[in-house]
Amino acid sequence: MSKMHVKLTVNGKEVEGLAEPRTLLIHFLREDLKITGPHIGCETSHCGACTVDIDGKSVKSCTTFVAQVNGADITTVEGLTNDDGSLGVLQEMFREHHGLQCGFCTPGMITRAHRLLQENPNPTEEEIRFGMAGNLCRCTGYQNIVKAISASADMLNAQKEAAE
Amino acid sequence: MIPAGFEYHRPGDIASAIGILQEHGDEARVIAGGHSLIPMMKLRMAEMGHLVDLQAIDELKGIQIGSDTVTLGAMVTQHELITHDGLAAAIPLIREAALQIADPQVRYMGTVGGNVANGDPGNDMPGLMQCLNATFELSGPDGNRSVAAREFYEAAYFTAREDEEILTRISIPVPGAGVGQAYEKQKRKIGDYATAAAAVMVGNGTASVAMTNLADTPIWSEGASAALADGDVNGCVAAMLDAIEPVADNRGPVEFKKHVAAVMLRRAIDRAQSRAG
Ligand SMILES: Cc1cc2nc3c(=O)[nH]c(=O)nc-3n(C[C@H](O)[C@H](O)[C@H](O)COP(=O)(O)OP(=O)(O)OC[C@H]3O[C@@H](n4cnc5c(N)ncnc54)[C@H](O)[C@@H]3O)c2cc1C
Ligand code: FES
Ligand code: FES
Repeated sequence: MSKMHVKLTVNGKEVEGLAEPRTLLIHFLREDLKITGPHIGCETSHCGACTVDIDGKSVKSCTTFVAQVNGADITTVEGLTNDDGSLGVLQEMFREHHGLQCGFCTPGMITRAHRLLQENPNPTEEEIRFGMAGNLCRCTGYQNIVKAISASADMLNAQKEAAE
Repeated sequence: MIPAGFEYHRPGDIASAIGILQEHGDEARVIAGGHSLIPMMKLRMAEMGHLVDLQAIDELKGIQIGSDTVTLGAMVTQHELITHDGLAAAIPLIREAALQIADPQVRYMGTVGGNVANGDPGNDMPGLMQCLNATFELSGPDGNRSVAAREFYEAAYFTAREDEEILTRISIPVPGAGVGQAYEKQKRKIGDYATAAAAVMVGNGTASVAMTNLADTPIWSEGASAALADGDVNGCVAAMLDAIEPVADNRGPVEFKKHVAAVMLRRAIDRAQSRAG
C-alpha cells in the first residue's frame, strides 16, 4: 500500500510525515515522531493508556488511524507541561498526591483528566470517577488519582480567579 | 494488532461517498467513529481495499429538534447526544442510554449511525431506536429510502442496508408529554456490552418495550408492549421472556441471562412508570 502524506499539529508544533493509512496513531506518535508519552497497554481499546487529546476530545490513539486525524490538533502528556517546561498543574498534583505508582497509566490518566476539567471545572468525586472510567490503573486503586484530579481542579480554579 | 492495508478516502458529500462505494463494490466500506470497525480490522475479521471516511460530510451531522420529530445525523457522536440539552429535554431516554455505552473516550468517537448500522447484537442504540419507533434514512445509487428500526435487523451483522447505501439520518417521533422513559443495562464492568438491557416507554395508555443482546438482533415485542400499555407488568415480562433467544457465552448461561433480562425489564418499567404522568 502506498504511503500518504500526513500533517498534524502535535503539542503546538506542526509535524509532517509519510505513513500508510492503516498506521495506528499511537504507532505514528511513538515510532515516527518519537513522542513516547502515550503508552500502549492493551492495544484493544480498553485501558486508556494511549489516550491523547484530538481537537478537544479524549481519544484512544490505538483505535484511530493516522489517516483519520490528518490535519488535526493533538495534545499528548508532553504538551501539558508549563511553558517553561516545569510540571503542569495536573502533573504536579499527581506527583504530590501519589496518583501513580509504576506510572504506566499516568500519561493517559493526565491527558484524559485535562479534558475532563476543561469540560467540568468543578467535578464531584462521582463525576471524576465516571469521567475517568475509560482509563485503567493496575497499581493505585484509583483513590489517589481521584484526589489528584480534585486537587488540580481546585488549583486551576484558584489560578483562574487570581488572574481575573 | 495491525490491520490489513487499505486506500483511504475522505469525500466531502454523500454523493461522492456513494460513488466510491459503487466504484469499488464490496472492496469498500465506510468508517464513522471506527470504534467497532477498527477493532474488527485489527483482528483481521474485517478487511477491505478501500475505506471511506464519512467525517467530512456535513450533511451527516447535526441534531434537529422539531415539535413532533427529532432527527439525528448519522455522524452525531454519543458524546454529542449526551451534551445536547434540547435533545435531553425532548427525548431524555437517549441521553440516559448513551451514558451507559462504553466509556468517555469511546463516546467521543462512536457515532449513532455507526452504532445502529453495525448490526452487532451488543450495540445499545438499535434496541433503543426500536423502542422509540425510529426510522433510518438510507441513500444509495438508486436514491433515498426509509426503513423502520423495527424492520432493519435481520441477523447478527445483517441489516436491511445494501452495501452501497449510507445511513444518513435517523428520525424519531417525540413521545408525547406524560410518557415515562427508562433505560436499564446490566454489564460486567464499565465499558462492557450488555448482559441484558431494556428500553421502556410507558404512559397515556401506550407502551413500547425493547431489549438488547438477548438474541442475534434487538428484540422489540408487540405483545410485551401491548401488555404494558394495559398495565399488566407480569404479562409484559412473560411476553418478552418468550420473545428473546439468549445463548450461553462468557456473559453467562441461558438461565442467568433470562433472569437478568427480567430484572432489567422490571427495573426499567418501574422507573419509566414513576416518570410517567
Ligand atoms: C471498549 C469499547 C466498548 C464499547 N462498548 C459499547 C457498549 O457498551 N454499547 C454499545 O452500543 N457500543 C459499544 N461500543 C461500540 C461503540 O459504541 C462504537 O463506536 C459503535 O458501535 C459504532 O460506531 P462508530 O461510529 O464507531 O462506527 P464504525 O466503527 O466506524 O462503523 C461500524 C460499522 O457500521 C458501518 N457504518 C458506520 N457508519 C455508517 C453509515 N453512516 N452508513 C452505513 N454504514 C455505516 C461501518 O461500515 C462498520 O461496518 C464499544 C466500543 C469499544 C471500543
Ligand atoms: S492501548 Fe489503547 S486503550 Fe489500551
Ligand atoms: S500507576 Fe501503575 S498502572 Fe497506574
